[in-house]
Amino acid sequence: MAITKDTVKYAANLARIELSEKELEHFTGQLDRVLEYVHKLEGLNVEKLAPTSHVMDIKNVYRDDIVKESLPASEAIKNAPAKEGDLFKVQKIIEA
Amino acid sequence: MTDYEIVIGLEVHLQLKTKSKVFCGCSTAFGAPPNTHVCPVCLGFPGSLPVLNRDALKLGAKTAIALNCRVEEEIKFDRKNYFYPDLPKAYQISQFSQPLSRHGYLQILFDGKEKRIGITRVHLEEDTGKLFHTQDASLIDFNRSGTPLLEIVSEPDMSSPEEAYLYLTALKSILEYIDVSDCNMEEGSLRCDANVSVRKKGVKELGVKTEIKNMNSFKAVKAALEYEAERQIETIGSGGKITQETRLFDSARGVTEPMRSKEESHDYRYFPEPDLTPFDFAKNILEDVKNEMPELPGPKRKRFMSNYGLSDYDAAVLVSDKAMADYFEKCASLYRNSKIIANWIMGDISAYMKEHGLTIDRLNLKSEYLTGMLDMIDKGVISGKIAKSLLIDSIQTGKDPILLVKEKGLEQITDAGQIDQAVDQVIKENQKIVGDFISGKQNAVMALVGKVMTKTKGKANPRKVIEMLKKRLKGEA
Ligand SMILES: [Zn+2]
Repeated sequence: MAITKDTVKYAANLARIELSEKELEHFTGQLDRVLEYVHKLEGLNVEKLAPTSHVMDIKNVYRDDIVKESLPASEAIKNAPAKEGDLFKVQKIIEA
Repeated sequence: MTDYEIVIGLEVHLQLKTKSKVFCGCSTAFGAPPNTHVCPVCLGFPGSLPVLNRDALKLGAKTAIALNCRVEEEIKFDRKNYFYPDLPKAYQISQFSQPLSRHGYLQILFDGKEKRIGITRVHLEEDTGKLFHTQDASLIDFNRSGTPLLEIVSEPDMSSPEEAYLYLTALKSILEYIDVSDCNMEEGSLRCDANVSVRKKGVKELGVKTEIKNMNSFKAVKAALEYEAERQIETIGSGGKITQETRLFDSARGVTEPMRSKEESHDYRYFPEPDLTPFDFAKNILEDVKNEMPELPGPKRKRFMSNYGLSDYDAAVLVSDKAMADYFEKCASLYRNSKIIANWIMGDISAYMKEHGLTIDRLNLKSEYLTGMLDMIDKGVISGKIAKSLLIDSIQTGKDPILLVKEKGLEQITDAGQIDQAVDQVIKENQKIVGDFISGKQNAVMALVGKVMTKTKGKANPRKVIEMLKKRLKGEA
């Protein structure tokens, strides 16, 4: 086993996904197979390869510091499930 | 209390002074109507792509150099994953394994001694939106979302709240010199969190630390740390244990309290940001920036001491504010006694600025006005006492003190006849004090001098007045 049920439960919580016991069982098995497959990479000899953080061979992509037009507020909040004035509205976040 | 050692580390978040946001072209201007400086990128809409603002990197590099950091050859960005409504993508673009720079330091001056405070790292990230809380909901304005933010993390090198305060003051001074941020704590362009722990003296391992948030001034940071260190020492002293937690400072009551919201152990699952490429930082940015670096407060302080013969303290005060240092140097090029200039700037001028909430660059006093006035004192045209009110007058009217002296007839009276007349009158009107003097009270003469000065509206030359009074009183006896 490459992954345990507890790890899947933990990951589900981080992703704010609620899983039933049955789903947990199901996904643990699925993820286990995926991970096992990926583990094949460990058999490769990568000694001569530098670690990479980006899949494409490009670097130094940037823009100059120029202000562009923004969206009007009405447009920005158009699809918000809840709003108040021009502000997005969400469940109350508890703060002390 | 003295059996314990306090260990403090600070984390400063600094909004960089770019015109546009770090990954999109929205304006960073403060105070716009809610959600008017937003676009698909900074709202985290699906399919939008970030593009790095080169000036954010430049300002970051300037900061790194000013803080003596090692500027990295290659940098990259990472996603820091967590859920919070002010973070629309549910991850913050930040830097984890390859930040802009590491291993820096800055010097603080504590009790006349220099102390080096280590800087662990300086990295670039994006700011979040702003939350407002009503009775039953939280509201979000995303104007701030995507503003370039520099995180400056110190080593746990500070051993008192006072040192933490000095670190922040020194840092702010440097940041103002290199002009990378507004450094305005009230508007939130500079924010500070603190980590603090205590340990018995001689113990090597660090104690359990707490993180303090919600401090909106340097004084609040100091007060919060004083309270928290005391609390930890008391807790341990009475056999209790410190829990690792985040605490909020309540400035009204001067206490720190655990956050009410449930604290989870953070698991940010950093991974490389695939939408941004790596960047050859040193190669691309460093050259641009090196030419833009001004003389920093530390070297400037040393130069002020050797060039102008100022004390360590005077030099430190003057260079703490770049505009003040510039003002001093302008004056020093016009008037030879630098110490006297420093005294006026740090004394009467600073007092006036403090009273009126002004900075020296917004003060209506040309450098040649101050030095012109000092010349008049030297030549005996005005008394030092008149100069004090003349200075205020010049600041308030914006007029040249030389003109004001002429307009208001403030020239010092050195004419013996005029002083004589005033002395005469004062002696006549104050026979009791005169009697005191004659019966041996030497100090009584000063009371009479004061009266003569009042009568001449402070314009008489005090030395002459004393001289004449003594002569006359001896005659009287
Ligand atoms: Zn935007």
